[in-house]
Amino acid sequence: MAESDWTPDQPMVSAKDVHKSFGALEVLKGISLDVMKGECICIIGPSGSGKSTFIRCINALNPINSGSILVEGQEVNDPQLDKLELRKKVGMVFQQYNLFPHKTALQNIMMAPIKVLKEDRDEVEQRARHLVKKVRLDGKEDSYPGELSGGQQQRVAIARSLAMRPDVMLFDEVTAALDPETVKEVLLTIRELAEEGMTCILVTHEMGFAREVANHVYFTDRGVIVEHGPPKTFFTEAEDPRTREFLSQIL
Amino acid sequence: MSGARKHRSVGGTGNLAVLKPFSLHNAAPSAWRLQPGHGYMLFAALVLFVLVGEVQAAPARPSIIATMWKWTPFLLQGFAFNILISFVSIIIGTMAGAALGLGQISVSRPIRAVSWTVTQFFRNAPWLVLLFYCIFLIPFEFELFGVTIPFPAWIKAVIGLSLPVMANFSEIVRGAVQSIPDGQWEAAESLAYTRRQTLWLIVLPQCIKRMLPPWMNLYAVLTMATPLVSIVGVGEGMTTTGEILAAENRSDLLIPFYMYLLCLFFIYCYPIARWTISLERKFAVKI
Repeated sequence: MAESDWTPDQPMVSAKDVHKSFGALEVLKGISLDVMKGECICIIGPSGSGKSTFIRCINALNPINSGSILVEGQEVNDPQLDKLELRKKVGMVFQQYNLFPHKTALQNIMMAPIKVLKEDRDEVEQRARHLVKKVRLDGKEDSYPGELSGGQQQRVAIARSLAMRPDVMLFDEVTAALDPETVKEVLLTIRELAEEGMTCILVTHEMGFAREVANHVYFTDRGVIVEHGPPKTFFTEAEDPRTREFLSQIL
Repeated sequence: MSGARKHRSVGGTGNLAVLKPFSLHNAAPSAWRLQPGHGYMLFAALVLFVLVGEVQAAPARPSIIATMWKWTPFLLQGFAFNILISFVSIIIGTMAGAALGLGQISVSRPIRAVSWTVTQFFRNAPWLVLLFYCIFLIPFEFELFGVTIPFPAWIKAVIGLSLPVMANFSEIVRGAVQSIPDGQWEAAESLAYTRRQTLWLIVLPQCIKRMLPPWMNLYAVLTMATPLVSIVGVGEGMTTTGEILAAENRSDLLIPFYMYLLCLFFIYCYPIARWTISLERKFAVKI
């Protein structure tokens, strides 16, 4: 399917039977899921179940062995793939923030639009300052990452991704390295994004967040999706024993 | 840095890893460090040798101190040449080494292989052997577009010293780039930076800080290696000292004069070493 064929009524991200191995270890054993524009989905599951690996496949950080991932109709599992074009559409936020430590918060946000998208500096700066306010970091524009708390760094990282104006945002356990009290502020930022209609894919352990914000919850274990559903039914009427066990441990 | 690594590896030798409270004092390398006291010791040795020489000297001869004072301008001239050689060598070596180091992390396999081989060859070859090769293999003059360009021995010696500097700096560059966490590359990748942009805008600026202390260390080592060029007849400090001793023809001057030269090297290299240490400390705390 060529890129031009994609229309917003089709899934924005569509994975079909995705397989991925690291050497002899098969991490993903046929993952399929669809995410529509404006949806927020959460992928939960025990560690080692392949959820982080899967989310990293969506923007081609990890190449997949077989299957198909379409992002706005563009096949990710294609040797001819223009990775840069794909990554302009897909933003990603990491567990360890990965801000550039030699640049201030504002520079971190502005750099990619200026250098990668070749956009006008003044316009980018305006947008960046707006984003800083949006993630509630007014006054921290000129702070270096080392001077910010984990939660603040993570919000800069979110703003940095948003500055590229992506169509989809991937969040890879973004609150896992944070103090409990700063988790809230990061989740609030993501929640606002989701409510504004940003398509979000989260790998998370925050069940409260998944229950309140997600449109759909996927539970993965040992490389497959065991069960999925809208949060209302997923958290109360899980059928698979593995899901039940996981939920009983974590809730 | 190596001290910190050693510190960490203690847990891996069979003992169970135990999380101990982090202490800056323990983590800082506690190995031998250059102190001002070492300089005083060196200076005291110089004074001692001079005094012993004075006592032993035949009464008719001029005193050792007077002789040293007399030759000081000549000796300093020779020593200045050591510094000049070290400057030119570090500049050439750093530029060539930077290119070679970037070659070592190239995505192209052949470039990587060639850069690695060149680096390893020159890094592990004895400096003196390289020096001899350059002196005897490079012609003393070049013919370029009908113009004869002379190639004096000291320039050949500079090239000879630049080669090991290049190879060592190549390793410093490679090590610094590889010490940047993968997360930086991944974050840049996911923001659609090209590899080249990632390297120049994100990775290398962070490397400069990490490269500065080992680079300064390399410079100090290079400076201390410059007397090697005396063997091929370049008129630097070592050669000058030899000439002075030949002119004076007094065996009691031998040790004081070489000690004098040693002190000159110490006075020059010591501040560099101190500065390197303070930079290492500063960066170690920040990162």
